Amino acid sequence: MSNPQTAPLSSPATTSVPTRTSALRRFARNPRLRKFMRHRLAMAGLVTIIVLTLACFIGPYLLPYDELYIDLRARFSPPLTGAHIFGTDPLGRDIAARLFSAGQISLTVGFLAMVLSTLIGTAIGLVAGYFGGWSRVGLMRVTDAFLSFPSIFLMLTLAAFLRPSPTMITLIIAVTSWMEVARIVEAEVRGQAGRDFTIAARMIGAPHWWIMFREILPNIMGPIIVAATLTVARAILLEAYISFLGYGIQPPLPSWGNMLNNAQQYLDSAPWLAIVPGVAITLAVTSFNFIGDGLRDALDARSVN
Amino acid sequence: MKPLIDCIDLKQHYPIRHGLLGRQSLAVKAVDGVNLQIQRGEVVGLVGESGSGKSTLGRTLMMMEKPTSGSVIYDGKDIAGLTHAGLHPYRRRMQMVFQDPFSSLNPRMTVEDSLTMPLRFHAPELSAAQRRDEAAETLERVGLSRSAFERFPHEFSGGQRQRIGIARALMVKPEFIVADEPVSALDVSVQAQVLNLFSSIRQTLGLTLLFVTHDLAVVGHIADRVAVMYLGQIMEIAPTRALFTAPAHPYTETLLSAAPQPKAGPRRARIAMRGEPPSPLNPPSGCVFRTRCAHALPECAQERPALRPAPAGRGASHFTACLRDDLSLTPAVTETPSPRIRTPV
Repeated sequence: MSNPQTAPLSSPATTSVPTRTSALRRFARNPRLRKFMRHRLAMAGLVTIIVLTLACFIGPYLLPYDELYIDLRARFSPPLTGAHIFGTDPLGRDIAARLFSAGQISLTVGFLAMVLSTLIGTAIGLVAGYFGGWSRVGLMRVTDAFLSFPSIFLMLTLAAFLRPSPTMITLIIAVTSWMEVARIVEAEVRGQAGRDFTIAARMIGAPHWWIMFREILPNIMGPIIVAATLTVARAILLEAYISFLGYGIQPPLPSWGNMLNNAQQYLDSAPWLAIVPGVAITLAVTSFNFIGDGLRDALDARSVN
Repeated sequence: MKPLIDCIDLKQHYPIRHGLLGRQSLAVKAVDGVNLQIQRGEVVGLVGESGSGKSTLGRTLMMMEKPTSGSVIYDGKDIAGLTHAGLHPYRRRMQMVFQDPFSSLNPRMTVEDSLTMPLRFHAPELSAAQRRDEAAETLERVGLSRSAFERFPHEFSGGQRQRIGIARALMVKPEFIVADEPVSALDVSVQAQVLNLFSSIRQTLGLTLLFVTHDLAVVGHIADRVAVMYLGQIMEIAPTRALFTAPAHPYTETLLSAAPQPKAGPRRARIAMRGEPPSPLNPPSGCVFRTRCAHALPECAQERPALRPAPAGRGASHFTACLRDDLSLTPAVTETPSPRIRTPV
């Protein structure tokens, strides 16, 4: 666009092509990346998530206690007593150690549930949006049917019938949270399917899989990434719900949700039991939401420039 | 001579469903009974105002959508009823160049990927390196260098993108190309370059072209024959010069008079059409142009006039869909509105 046409007009001479920049430079200069970096809350969220993740996965090796070690003499220690940074629980287990290993489970469950539900939602939305007609009607009505269940009750029902384990909880969360992605993808695909480059691919005789995965999908990654980020936040929250209600991750395996469950009877005597995992959940969820907002602003085609 | 493309009574109607049960009550008659033959090696211009169905006709010829009725005989075989798989061998023989160079290339694909993609499906025997070489050769043919390969469409100007779009169409070595308003989104100076490119590839590759445009100057520059479309029907077909010098249909006369005059001087009276074009949902009976025609007679409402040889020694390949033989219509100011598009200084 910025390149002036300098070639002689009548001859089929080669017109000049913009000069190349290195891929790294181009990435650093990417307006979307810069826009995201300028989004303060999103950057704060990103930093928080990185710190939280590092703490959960490296922290346990640095602490003197593991999450199952019971020190009955130090029951109900408030935060900052001795080596117990966040205090201890009713059995004298170190809360910091439990918080970090609970975080490993909660963050992993949240992340894997996001991956699964995004895959399910994208596949359904892609097929429904691309093929249209009856496949669209069928798939989108199934999506609506899933959406019309209150997902908490659906999850609790599933959790009551199935053996709760981290894998099962991940599956349950994924199965109850793919619908938004499916709807977003379906609408985006329908928009892209009418664009000229998709039509050109069809006219060339490209097979359906090529058009779906090579022509359309790369162009709708923005909305999918945003939805996926917000799904992580939701999945962490959902895991906390069901574990808090006792249907999720089962003790002695810690999760942020079941730590809260244990804490409820000691709310007035030992409030740190609830505050510490509560803050962790809040931080993780709000951070993912802020990252999602930042990505939404940065990846929105209309907002660049 | 047997035409490369022969469409017979081609119709493309889009039903409008409404009501709870989706009863079909009306249909937009975008293309309504078109007969058009295109000879091998010929450039046919298809002109008409917006909504006349010229783009739809181009897309239907490409079998992007199944026509509602009628047939498209491509090199002796009716391709209108073919399935997705049955059309595959024909996809290699006909290609399309799009109007908007900003949406016709996938923004997430490099030029190399866009250009080599057609060969994946039509020449799977080629290695990746051979595909790249083919693409480089085609890219040079349209006036771009191989250095464009690793770039994305947004790094190019509109004219350059249109060249890439043309290169993509040429990748499968087609014999027939439908160009759907390929220059109307470009600056005038770039338009001339792209038109010259079309002329040169047409000559070197012996292409058959259907050039869809609303711009009579463009048609005068490139087309051998011109078909004028109005409300889904062809009003007049004639060799380009004959159409400009001796129009036989009142609608053509009106179009010619609306084209900008290239030279200063006394202005010629412009024939203003009355009213809006009628809705293609419910076109007028008989001749579709009669409601806006200055020469309409009561008979014009009776029966739809078929294309017939134009009157008064206009030559054998001049056809018009007007009932009246007695009209003397005003030709274009110059022989063609713009005999050669001058490159700006």
